[in-house]
Amino acid sequence: MAVVSSTNSTVMNNVEAVRATLYEAMKNDERTVILGEDVGARGNVFLITKDFIGEFGERRVIDTPIAEASIVGIAVGMAMEGLRPIAEIQFADFIYPSFNQIVGEAAKIRYRSNGEYTCPLVIRTPYGGGVRGALSHSVSIEALFYHVPGLKIVAPAFPDDVKGLLNAAIDDPDPVLFLEHKKTYRLIKGEVPDGHYTIPLGKANIRKAGTQLTVVSYGLYLHWALEAAERLAQEGLSVEVLDLRSIRPMDKTAILNSVEKTRKLLIVHEDNKFGGIGAEISAMVAEEALFSLDAPIRRLCGPDVPSMGYALPLEEEFMSSPAEMADAMRAMVKF
Amino acid sequence: MATTITMPQLGETVTEGTVAQWLKSVGDSVDKYEDFVEVSTDKVNAGVPSPVTGTIRELLVKEGETVATGTPIAVIDEVGAASAPAPAPPATSAAAAAPAPRAAQPSPSAPSPNGSPAPAASAVSELELEGALRGASPAVRRLAREHRIDIRAIKGSGSNGRVTADDVLAAARTGAPTPHAPAAAAAATVPPGTRTSTYAQPIPGTSISLVQARKIIAERMVESKHTAPHAWSMVQIDVTNVWKWRAREKDRFERETGYKLTLLPFFIRAVVESLAAFPLMNARFVPATAGGPPSIYVNDEVNIGIAIGLPANLVVPVVRGADKLSIKGLAVKGGELIDRARKNKLGVDDLAGGTFTVNNNGANGSWASAPIINGGQAGIVTMETVLKTVVVRDDDSLAIRSMMNSCLSLDHRVVDGYVASGFLAELKRRLEAMGPQGDL
Amino acid sequence: MATTDLRTGSLERHGLSDEQLRDMFRNMLLQRQLDNRGFQLNRQGKVPFALGSEGHEALQAGAAMAFHRGHDILAPYYRDLGLCLGIGLSPFEILLSIFARADDHNGGRQFPNHYSSKAAGLMSFSSILAAHLPHAVGAAYAIKYRGETGRAVLATCGDGTTSEGEWHESMNFAAVHKLPFVMLVENNEWAISTPLDKQMAQPEIWKRAAGYGMPGRRFNGFDPIQTYVAVKEAMDRARAGEGPTLVEGTCYRYLAHSTDDNDLTYRTREAVQERRKDDPVPAFEALLLEHGIVTADGVAAMRQDVLRETNEATDAAEALPYPEPADLYKHVYEGAWEPWQS
Repeated sequence: MAVVSSTNSTVMNNVEAVRATLYEAMKNDERTVILGEDVGARGNVFLITKDFIGEFGERRVIDTPIAEASIVGIAVGMAMEGLRPIAEIQFADFIYPSFNQIVGEAAKIRYRSNGEYTCPLVIRTPYGGGVRGALSHSVSIEALFYHVPGLKIVAPAFPDDVKGLLNAAIDDPDPVLFLEHKKTYRLIKGEVPDGHYTIPLGKANIRKAGTQLTVVSYGLYLHWALEAAERLAQEGLSVEVLDLRSIRPMDKTAILNSVEKTRKLLIVHEDNKFGGIGAEISAMVAEEALFSLDAPIRRLCGPDVPSMGYALPLEEEFMSSPAEMADAMRAMVKF
Repeated sequence: MATTITMPQLGETVTEGTVAQWLKSVGDSVDKYEDFVEVSTDKVNAGVPSPVTGTIRELLVKEGETVATGTPIAVIDEVGAASAPAPAPPATSAAAAAPAPRAAQPSPSAPSPNGSPAPAASAVSELELEGALRGASPAVRRLAREHRIDIRAIKGSGSNGRVTADDVLAAARTGAPTPHAPAAAAAATVPPGTRTSTYAQPIPGTSISLVQARKIIAERMVESKHTAPHAWSMVQIDVTNVWKWRAREKDRFERETGYKLTLLPFFIRAVVESLAAFPLMNARFVPATAGGPPSIYVNDEVNIGIAIGLPANLVVPVVRGADKLSIKGLAVKGGELIDRARKNKLGVDDLAGGTFTVNNNGANGSWASAPIINGGQAGIVTMETVLKTVVVRDDDSLAIRSMMNSCLSLDHRVVDGYVASGFLAELKRRLEAMGPQGDL
Repeated sequence: MATTDLRTGSLERHGLSDEQLRDMFRNMLLQRQLDNRGFQLNRQGKVPFALGSEGHEALQAGAAMAFHRGHDILAPYYRDLGLCLGIGLSPFEILLSIFARADDHNGGRQFPNHYSSKAAGLMSFSSILAAHLPHAVGAAYAIKYRGETGRAVLATCGDGTTSEGEWHESMNFAAVHKLPFVMLVENNEWAISTPLDKQMAQPEIWKRAAGYGMPGRRFNGFDPIQTYVAVKEAMDRARAGEGPTLVEGTCYRYLAHSTDDNDLTYRTREAVQERRKDDPVPAFEALLLEHGIVTADGVAAMRQDVLRETNEATDAAEALPYPEPADLYKHVYEGAWEPWQS
């Protein structure tokens, strides 16, 4: 019996989607290598590369010393010299030592060599809170990097997007920071189409259509925003939820189209509010669509503290919730 | 600093404008973006917002006077920038710029469709306005401006009684008060006892002074008929199925949108599809100039004008990008334009840019007509009345069908009968293929 | 090893032909001329910045002789004019960099001395010290990963860079994976204004090699032949798959750090003059004269030729246009670019 693989799909969680996509990339392209802390024998702390070392060998699945700057830096050199490295930073909190390699080097190599050298590199890292990760296993880092021309940043929320966007990131000729919200790793399951496909970087997705309010989010909070929007739907209020998926480049058209339809904009993200992703979106909408706005733009974002504490109340206070999001949405719809 | 305001170009083909009404007098203060004059041009009356905040120093054009675009019409002393901040203008300029006394001039020659002026806003009403506008969002301000709605007159449904964008749109549909109450003022312009004939109330044995709009209609009709060699053709279309489809959908449509569902959007849809098959019908003739030989420009946009007859006027508002709208979209957009036309609230943008015109001429029973082409277009097509008719079908059986004539006037410089009859045949085929059910 | 002694005039060729020796000497003369030209142009107000390598000539001419063009990769730092000339960059390319012209490999984007050329195997690098060393190690990994033999990566840095964390990380990773990698430290005793004793308590950098589990050695970087021998041995080892080596050449920085630095604020003119006695350029010239490898006329002609080449390169580069303002927007990513996707 003939099977049309493209019409089939498999239910997976986000971890499985990352793993399956990495596995295919390793299978399909000999230039692909994975390097990072504990990616080999341990199979990554979330078991994303479990058994890879057995199949692909330790020259392709590289357990590095604990040295984040050179994990990225060595991957940059590999990329400059023709490999397609996928570097892993074990937790996004540990990315700070490699800041220069990402911002000062990877993002500038094409530019500073006038296009002679390129840096096709993927840096994957789990980020985000709500997992009792305390100060240094909980942070969001996207705002630290989205200021940087030369980088691309992806933050998918659903398993199908994980696969399509990770494939696109791996194919991309420039450095891509691929952010995986660790609380969604096993929490979020969904249909993932079989076979190879990509989703273009820089394209948002309307996960729920609505008419009275646009909510822009990504990552874990996107799921909570959807939950809140469903609650409002039961109250007869219509909220549109836009999943950014890519943070750099960002989908201006999708945001403006939605805002021009609903006339109200709420941005929801876990990362700190001050100077965050929402700030740039707000500024863009104010510049481009002020006269479509029927309410002030609102941001429901992380508080202005360094990170979330280990003690449960300190984590809960930092994190928003579907209930809080629903309140904010309701107030804006009724404004 | 003094800012000189010139007659704006309100519309792409407009070359002159008439000062219909000064909303401010010399010495009045005016806010940036506040309308200070109403200008009458090609079928529209438009308020012109001040580019600066300041005080009116001079009004250079009398009410009713028509001047070329770009002609200085007023001088405003900008607040803060003025070397002499005193609000009273210098005596010399006040004398030079003394506007025509409003009350003393009946001026039947230039009444605006909105009627004559309400008193210019006083300082007190300015304050009230500011109070009422506090909390009006940018979207509300924009929509109110576009629909010429007075935000103060709307009851807000938002938090703390805030007027929302939807409130403004609802008011626009139901006809809320405009910033300058028209009807009452209109009566006041005509001094009691004066018998003046108007287009709306013609009196035998008198002449009617033409308002700007009628002057323009007269000029444009002559111009079109003299420059474009008109040819004419008619086709008979079986609209039985599309008529049934409309009947099936109309109640629900009206409930959902507040607009009546007529045959017009179905017809426009068939027209735009036929234009896509015959792009030369969506073109215009470009005469020879010093710069080059004559040519035919094939429009890339499909903007359908809808001819709407009003008691004293004819307007042709334009559905822009009509080829990108569904039947439902055309119905809503068309309904909105017709509504605004009847309330005399069409803006300049509503009237500009048409590339082809549809005239629903059958509403009053017309069975055939020979329309005049809208200048700068290749054709105009009519919908005549729908008549139940006995027809002989292909298999020689008799049937009662709803039939409609559609008449086409075409600019023979642009197309010949070959293209025109092909277009009409396509229109007939497409309209007959519609219904009796489907997705609007 | 048998060494050359520039003071006593003994010469051990280590297989270098007369022609190779003359090439090394010409490279040294060219370095000095081009260094000087950068400073001259700066003082004429024609370029905003220049940075010289005086004192490094012998070290770089010798190391370059151990580089296999078309095979090896060079990951240099910003005081490597002679190395870059030695692996194939022309004076014209150097002047394009100094003048920041559109035809420069970097399109006039980078500071002078930040050369890069993919064709020459010269890796792009920034001004951030040691940031290029992980790249060099990554490139060495790629060479080994693909099973390519006869290729190695030569990375360089000054003594100052050896204090950076990434210097350590790179050495360590290269050693763990036995990569075809040579770390050449050009120890000129100054990290801008900071002398060696303020940089490290143990001043012999080569000794750190033992801590990484790789061989290390030190040589007199004023002697191009000794340098050649040390670097060649390390590169041959790397090319043969035997792993990395740390080599340290001692030299001295005769000039200020750059045109923006006044070195009299941290060292005396007399101290520098004292070290001028060891200047490798006249010393190597004397050695070659003594052994009849060059003649006095030949040296004079060589100097004339180097000056002519420098003048011609200067005029040619200066005559070329700057990049266009619109070039600012190119090569951020592949293809057209907008942070806001539409």
